[in-house]
Amino acid sequence: MKRPHVTIRGLSKRFDKTVIYDNFDLDLPRGELISVFGPNGCGKSTLINMIAGLIPQDRGQILFDGMRLDEIKFGYVFQNYREALFPWLRAFDNISYPLKLMKVPAKERRGRVEKLVTHLGIKLDLNLYPYQMSGGQQQLVSIMRALIVEPEILFLDEPFSALDYEMTLFMREQLQRIFMETGTTTVLVSHDLEEAVFLADHVLLLSRHPARVADFVPVRAARARTDATLSDPEFVSTKAHCLDIFQREVRRV
Amino acid sequence: MNTDRFKPLLPLFGVVGLLAIWSFVTWQRWVDPVLLPSPVSTFDALWKGMNGGALGFDFVKTVYRTAASTAIAAVIAIPLGIILGSSEQLYRSLEFVIDFFRSTPASAMFPLFLVLFGVGDETKISVAAFGAILVILFNVAYGVMNARKTRLLAAKVMGASRLRVLFDVMLLESLPQTFVGLRNGVSLALVIIVVAEMFIGSQDGLGHSVFEAQQLFDMPRMYAAIFAAGALGYGLNLFFLVIERQFVHWSGK
Repeated sequence: MKRPHVTIRGLSKRFDKTVIYDNFDLDLPRGELISVFGPNGCGKSTLINMIAGLIPQDRGQILFDGMRLDEIKFGYVFQNYREALFPWLRAFDNISYPLKLMKVPAKERRGRVEKLVTHLGIKLDLNLYPYQMSGGQQQLVSIMRALIVEPEILFLDEPFSALDYEMTLFMREQLQRIFMETGTTTVLVSHDLEEAVFLADHVLLLSRHPARVADFVPVRAARARTDATLSDPEFVSTKAHCLDIFQREVRRV
Repeated sequence: MNTDRFKPLLPLFGVVGLLAIWSFVTWQRWVDPVLLPSPVSTFDALWKGMNGGALGFDFVKTVYRTAASTAIAAVIAIPLGIILGSSEQLYRSLEFVIDFFRSTPASAMFPLFLVLFGVGDETKISVAAFGAILVILFNVAYGVMNARKTRLLAAKVMGASRLRVLFDVMLLESLPQTFVGLRNGVSLALVIIVVAEMFIGSQDGLGHSVFEAQQLFDMPRMYAAIFAAGALGYGLNLFFLVIERQFVHWSGK
C-alpha cells in the first residue's frame, strides 16, 4: 500500500445513545479514489463529514500527512447540489467563490476558472445561473467549485444520488476523468455498489454501527474504465466479493 | 379550440363582469343612486379629481405618508431582523414580545402616539411604521433563520468566516422572505395611514377624502377616492413584486 494520506486514530462518535464509531482506526492511501460503502445508517457520511470537519468527533485524531484539517486545502461536494450552490451567483462566480474567500484578485480568479475548465475539458456555459442548468450540470459546477482551490483531498457525499440514471452514468465518467486528470485523493460515499466498485481504487466496506472496517477491497481494473469493464470477469468477482461482505454485515445482529 | 390565446385576457373578465353588473344595477335603479352612483359618474369624478383636482393632491399625500412609514420601517426592521435571525436563541427570547405587538392592532396605539407626537404627520407615519416594522422584522428574521443549512455548511466548509456567511449567504437567503415582509408591511402601513387620515385631525390624504365625501354625501367622489386607495394599494404591492423579480431572480426556482 502507498504511503497513507489520511490517518485516523481512536475515532469515536455517538448520536444520543447510538455508538456510531468506537475507537476506529483507518489509513487512506494517497492519490487514490476510495469508495465508502456499507449498510444503511452505518455512518458512511458521518465518517467523511468528520474527516472534512463538518461535524465534530467526540474523540480521536484525524491527520492529513501529519497536518490538521485547517492546515490543508480540501474540497467537499454535497449530495444536494440544489441547496449547496448559491442560486444568486452565476456558475462562474459559484466556482470562483472559494478563491474569493482566499482573497485571490478577480483577474487571477478568472484565469484559474478558465484553466480548470480547459483542463477538465468540460463544456458548460458558466454565465448561467444554477437554476438554469440541469441537475448533472449543477453537480459538475459543485465539483468544479471543490476543485478550484486545487485541494489535496476531495470528499463527495453521494454526489449522484439525486440524479436520474442516464445522468448518473454520464457523471461517473466525468468524475473518473476528473480523477485521472488531477490524481487528487478522493473519498466518495456511495449507496450504489456498482458505482462504488466502478470508480474506486479501493472500496472501504463498513460494518453496521459501531462501524468497523469490514474489508478494504482493491479494485485492479485499468482506467479509463468503460461499460466493458462492468462485464469484465475480475470486476464482476470483485463486486461479488463486496456484495458477500455487505450481506454478511447486514445479516449480523 | 385554442384556449391558451385567451389566457392573458382572463383577468379582464372579472373587471368587465363587475362593471357590467354595476352598470346594470344602477341602470335598473335597484339601488338608490345616492348610495351607488353609476360607473360613468364615478370614473368621471376619479378622472377630474386626479387631473388637477383635490383627489390628486390627497393621493400624493397618502403616497408620501405610506412611503415614508414603510421606508422608516424597512431601515429599522431589516438590520434588526438579520441580527435577531442570525441567533436563534436571541430570536426565541424575543419571539413572544414581537408576536404580541405584531398581534396588537396598530390603531390601538394612536392615542399613545398622539400624546408623543401631537396631531401632525409624525403620528400617522410613526404608527404606520410601528405596525410595518414588526411585520418586516418577523419575516426577515424567519428568512435568515430558515436559510438552507446545506448552503451555510457549504460556505463554512469552503472556509467562510461567520461574518462572510452572514453577508454572503444568510442575507441573500433571506431576501425572498424579506420581500414578503415588505409587501405585507406596505399594505399594513397603507391601511393605518388611511384610517389615521380619516379620524386624526387630518386636512388631506385619501382617508380624509373618503370621509369628507361621505359627510357631504358626494358619493361619486367617495367611490372615486376608494378606487384611488385601491389602485394605490395594488400599485405598491406590484412595485415591490417588480423589484423582487429584478433583485431576487432566483426566488422560487
